[in-house]
Amino acid sequence: MLSRTWSSIARVGPQALAGSNVVSARQYSITAPRPLEIAQKLKVTIIPGDGVGPELIYCVQDIVKQTGIPLEFEEVFLSEVHYTRSSSIENAVESIGRNNHVALKGAIEESAVLHTEGELQGLNMRLRRSLDLFANLVHIKTIDGIKTRHGKKLDFVIVREQTEGEYSSLEHQLVPGVIECLKISTKPKCERIAKYAFDYATKTGRKKVTAVHKANIMKLGDGLFLRTCEEVAKQYPKIQFESMIIDNTCMQLVSKPEQFDVMVMPNLYGNIIDNLAAGLVGGAGVVPGQSVGRDFVIFEPGSRHSFQEAMGRSIANPTAMILCAANMLNHLHLDDWGNALRKSVNDVIEEGKVRTRDLGGYATTIQFADAVIDKFRI
Amino acid sequence: MLAKCLKKACQVPSSLGQQIIAQRAASTGEVRRVTLIPGDGIGPEISQSVQQIFEAAGAPIAWDPVDVTPVKGRDGVFRIPSRCIELMHQNKVGLKGPLETPIGKGHRSLNLAVRKEFNLYANVRPCRSLEGHKTLYDNVDVVTIRENTEGEYSGIEHEIVNGVVQSIKLITETASRNVASFAFEYARQNGRKCVTAVHKANIMRMSDGLFLSICREQAALYPDIKFKEAYLDTVCLNMVQDPSQYDVLVMPNLYGDILSDLCAGLVGGLGVTPSGNIGKDAAVFESVHGTAPDIAGQDKANPTALLLSAVMMLRYMNLTDHARRIEKAVFDAIADGRCKTGDLGGSGTCSTFTQDVCNRVKDL
Repeated sequence: MLSRTWSSIARVGPQALAGSNVVSARQYSITAPRPLEIAQKLKVTIIPGDGVGPELIYCVQDIVKQTGIPLEFEEVFLSEVHYTRSSSIENAVESIGRNNHVALKGAIEESAVLHTEGELQGLNMRLRRSLDLFANLVHIKTIDGIKTRHGKKLDFVIVREQTEGEYSSLEHQLVPGVIECLKISTKPKCERIAKYAFDYATKTGRKKVTAVHKANIMKLGDGLFLRTCEEVAKQYPKIQFESMIIDNTCMQLVSKPEQFDVMVMPNLYGNIIDNLAAGLVGGAGVVPGQSVGRDFVIFEPGSRHSFQEAMGRSIANPTAMILCAANMLNHLHLDDWGNALRKSVNDVIEEGKVRTRDLGGYATTIQFADAVIDKFRI
Repeated sequence: MLAKCLKKACQVPSSLGQQIIAQRAASTGEVRRVTLIPGDGIGPEISQSVQQIFEAAGAPIAWDPVDVTPVKGRDGVFRIPSRCIELMHQNKVGLKGPLETPIGKGHRSLNLAVRKEFNLYANVRPCRSLEGHKTLYDNVDVVTIRENTEGEYSGIEHEIVNGVVQSIKLITETASRNVASFAFEYARQNGRKCVTAVHKANIMRMSDGLFLSICREQAALYPDIKFKEAYLDTVCLNMVQDPSQYDVLVMPNLYGDILSDLCAGLVGGLGVTPSGNIGKDAAVFESVHGTAPDIAGQDKANPTALLLSAVMMLRYMNLTDHARRIEKAVFDAIADGRCKTGDLGGSGTCSTFTQDVCNRVKDL
């Protein structure tokens, strides 16, 4: 414990002075009463991923260890970049199945080099396919203490279909220099995602669902999605339904983002809107997300960037990953722990003393995690 | 000026660049004719405003107004009048107001017809923050260049079995090379430093991969322009946080559609962003906002988008001096704010704004 603090000072080097108040604060936490123990720890799988993924995941593990959150981890290493070290998808699936059907995951970088002949699908996609994680849920919420341009309170949810569409990896060369990429839209999957969005809205007491599409151009493909959403909307008379074209949605998001509540969309548009909206509330480092299937849930940051250039520099913001962990605790019915963890992160950010670079400070990932541990009360 | 152009022409390795520059260099001096498509709704008002301002500025442009209401051909199919296409063949340059596109009426839209006829493969949209029109972002100066003819909008779709639809995104080497080479040429001619290729080649490895490799190939031909690559999602994320890090963006059709509107949103909407569709030997400049039928004929419309498009047109025709003056007059008028129109938060009307710009142009 203490040695770890020292080593963190050693790593910080010249910034040790700035971090010294954090260190002294940490020493109080040693004397804080140990939280109550529960009979059994719950096991979850962790997939560190590439780039800063491992740093963030280890940061969460550290917090769990120091605060006594009753979780145990089983690590599965998946990577396309370090493919010789990577475990197989089957192993990952088996591990998640063994560990409460839940995993915490960092971003896996899609490698530009293909190692298997004829395989166009990336690891991320194969993992999602094999677990049938059809919905990606990103909750965009402003956190007190993070300055945004618009200065408004945002609270909306983006539901993204993520098993078909442009990401079907069906591509071929017709003649040299002409490539055809297929976008597949199917009725059952459109229906499933639309239902999920409306169910989510009903469950969380939200008022409106917005379907995002480009049916004016892709009349059949996106037209199917839009029509299906309209049909499903009829079954939920209490929830208001509207549709919006993707380019207009982007424009509205940067000018009047407060108008949205629940948004539902196909794969590629989801990727765009997720990132765009994350940018509105403080960037990739602060927005948690989750991929949901019928049997499995994977918790991962809302905008999936591996942030390679920050690897090993301890400058990444772990907020998104910690909030993912908090959401995971809620999902595992450890509500008290989840809420306490979320509160401690929000407190640290609101206080504004320990800020990582993306939020305008100079604190390291480790210092931020230490600050979260200090604030943790249960 | 001419010497500069010639010097440039000698440097440019691609035949496209030479063609564009040679064409422009030859065309300075005399009065140029431009096809004017006033459009529907507020179109006529704002087109008139542009004509007035051009007259005040003494720009050597003669207008050929043309009506593009679709007519029924002998085979019973609605088409745009052949007069329009003929005029475009003569003039090579067009300016177009907003058009009502009746959805599902079964005739090809004018945009599509002209784009196909003249192979207008690049869509250019410069987005610049306007002084006097405050938005959340005040440091935007981005140009989006979008491939205009293929990609997701190739319109090839079919239902394989009931409930399974396949839409085809088509990427070809030729079209990618055209737009990539245009982007670098544009950057060089407009004194821009950096071109960023926006792609999703980590997912669509072959199609976007091809686009990206062509961009790299072209980048090697323009060593004076910096070249960067970025994922679409990363660009979206960074764009709303700090738009100043981007300069010229080049991308396939769908991404361009989304990003150009996003950028327009950053600077205050489609009412203030110009747009140009450019091909090898013809170009159509247009305002991309709607026809606003609710305020049509009430003198409330904002002519800025069409005006700035017309300024782009002047630059394309190498009438840079006039372009600079008119642009400055428009920017000044908006910055001054006394006559700006209602959509920008002012109390002016279309005609008072036009008058204001005219006065400023004369004084410059």
